[in-house]
Amino acid sequence: MYRYDEFDERFVRERVEQFSDQVARRLDGSLTEDEFKPLRLKNGVYLQLHAYMLRIAIPYGTLSSRQLRQLALIGERYDRGYGHFTTRTNLQFNWPKLRDVPEILGLLADVEMHCIQTSGNCIRNVTADHFAGIARDEIEDPRPTAELIRQWSSQHPEFSYLPRKFKIAVTGAEQDRAVIKAHDIGLRIRRHPDTHETCYEVSVGGGLGRTPMIGKVVRDYLPKADLLAYLEAIMRVYNLEGRRDNKYKARVKILVHETGLEEFTRRVEAEFAELDGPSINADPAEVSRIAAYFAPPTYRALPERSTALETARAGNPDFDRWVEVNTTAHKQPGYAAITISLKPVGEAPGDATSEQMRLVADLAEEFSFSEIRVTHAQNLVLPHVKLSDLFAIWRRLGEAGLSSANIGLITDIIACPGLDYCALATARSIPIAQAIARRFAEDTRQKEIGELNIKISGCINACGHHHVGHIGILGLEKRGIESYQITLGGDATQDAAIGEILVPGLAAEEVPDAIERIVAVYLEQRQAGESFIENVRRLGLAPFKAAFLELDRAA
Amino acid sequence: MLLDRNGPASDSWTHSDGAAIGNIPLALVPWEALPEALANRVPGQQIGVVVPGSLAIAEIEALLPELALIAIGFPAYSDGRGFSLARRLRRAGFTGRLRASGPLIVDQFAYALFCGFDEIALPASSAGRQPAEQWQRALSHVGARYQRGYGDGGNILDQRRAKRLAQAAG
Ligand code: HEM
Ligand code: SF4
Repeated sequence: MYRYDEFDERFVRERVEQFSDQVARRLDGSLTEDEFKPLRLKNGVYLQLHAYMLRIAIPYGTLSSRQLRQLALIGERYDRGYGHFTTRTNLQFNWPKLRDVPEILGLLADVEMHCIQTSGNCIRNVTADHFAGIARDEIEDPRPTAELIRQWSSQHPEFSYLPRKFKIAVTGAEQDRAVIKAHDIGLRIRRHPDTHETCYEVSVGGGLGRTPMIGKVVRDYLPKADLLAYLEAIMRVYNLEGRRDNKYKARVKILVHETGLEEFTRRVEAEFAELDGPSINADPAEVSRIAAYFAPPTYRALPERSTALETARAGNPDFDRWVEVNTTAHKQPGYAAITISLKPVGEAPGDATSEQMRLVADLAEEFSFSEIRVTHAQNLVLPHVKLSDLFAIWRRLGEAGLSSANIGLITDIIACPGLDYCALATARSIPIAQAIARRFAEDTRQKEIGELNIKISGCINACGHHHVGHIGILGLEKRGIESYQITLGGDATQDAAIGEILVPGLAAEEVPDAIERIVAVYLEQRQAGESFIENVRRLGLAPFKAAFLELDRAA
Repeated sequence: MLLDRNGPASDSWTHSDGAAIGNIPLALVPWEALPEALANRVPGQQIGVVVPGSLAIAEIEALLPELALIAIGFPAYSDGRGFSLARRLRRAGFTGRLRASGPLIVDQFAYALFCGFDEIALPASSAGRQPAEQWQRALSHVGARYQRGYGDGGNILDQRRAKRLAQAAG
């Protein structure tokens, strides 16, 4: 994992002092609330329905045991003993007090963490594949790139007052687990077909919100050394030309759309051509300095298979099922990555109590080189676990209610905070997720249905990624009543797609039945081995729509 | 209120609404009036121009050698276009004074200097609430930055490099 050097340390301490000063200036009236707002947002402080909310950056979703313990402590001391992991791999506390925030920032700085740019019209926390450095389909580890971007984008003198927020994601694998196509900039590390050098494919203009769009490629093969200069070119074009007249049209996706991909690309390339790369880019020694922190840990040489594991699996069907669903093959023989589900049936997706955080921190320390990852699907990962340790870990997770075997299945639902916490919400999302999870709780049923992503947002802002859910649920408000729109066919991977509307407006109680209906069509019509999303792609919406029409006629 | 990196400064420029600049020694004119003002210029007279953040660099590039000051208007503190325009003007070789004109906030002072501005001209409404010492203090909260090429020295990447070289040498 990356560790701060003296410069990073000083930089973060300065931010704490700076924010304390900003809070003081707001309290004495030097700053108006309007002027203070972007400053508190850039430090992760939102004003919400019940209280202030604090969003803590977990850059590219990587945490150490020490950091997770500190988050547990903050949750206990300044909040109500739990935190909420978000789709941008951040952690949110829902109940801190404004006057406590500088102190919390100090505690975070003690463990090399911060809230910088988790909100506001700036470059946000950078995200990456949660299986970085582990996945067998990886071409190159995306974390050094993400860390370089984290540093470069922090307090950028030129790009801190953009037209709108700006999100960057990086992947280095064949399969996209970082939803890069739904980001303002998505970077994919790939090999150049002729030179075999690793390069970046650069996509711009993805984004969800009220006008969902899939990112478009502006550069097929960007030499890695040119990264920062190329980012500077994109950002400058956007900062100067992005719309500022309407906040709903201010994201870069709208600029790309209105300018046209070809013309937008031309402007970026023209700007890039003017730049003096060597004076902007990080020198190779700096790039290697960062990369060295992400060198693989010292694994033991182990056989590919573990007989201890196989015996335990044979003797315990629940454990067997959990291993099948929640573990991922590791580059290193004899190891696996575990995904810990934060979606136990009936709980709020992505919530973890301070005790649970401590347990995960302990397990990571004992079994996974003190490393934890946060996924955009709001789960946690222990990245490097010996196969022979899986059984012991599963038992301990079970005692804390963390052994749900549902990763990627119908109850592994992404949901935003919705009307329970969010000031912008038009409907509840957590209770909808809970109701669906309860309906499909039974293991055999989940297994039969297989991979199916449900994603729920409590308003058009789409924090719950509903547009790219296989089944997306959007909570709206119609004449004072919550009303849920269902979309079908969204996809968050390398085959990114925006879902299409299946049903426009359902009452909250009707949602679980509607999901049943959709699932029934799939189970009836699927071909051997066909997953839900493949089935929807093959059949289109028609048979699913028909099922709803029958329902109406029957009623 | 006018501020530069050393604190409050006095403004020796005279605003003119149009191109009628007579023999004012330092005349600051609106962008629309610039061609005419340049044509009216008398020997020894210096011209400055107020431009919007939306101005395309191509429109002003050829005139840069004629100008002693460019004031970029910030309609609101949240409108960051001026930072990028300042960078492009410096890149195009403008060596005169660059002024950020508008309701900026204290926390943008360091950014403005790093992007190539020399001074900030604040409207009275913001200057009243944000006295000069707050602007100076805000500068002290901003030390080294991660970006190369913004302002003199002081960037973290180059400091790391210097440290590496020193270690290799010694
Ligand atoms: C509770 C306080 C929150 C507020 C006020 C809030 C506000 C917003 C707004 C206004 C947008 C739309 C921005 C746009 O389209 O330009 C948005 C998008 C988004 N938010 Fe949130 N959000 C909150 C919580 C969350 C949480 C908890 C998550 C993660 C679970 C999250 C993740 C996202 C994501 C992924 C997007 C979509 C990104 C995109 O449009 O490309 N937000 N949020
Ligand atoms: S989608 Fe809407 S309701 Fe949900 S967190 Fe975002 S802004 Fe709030």
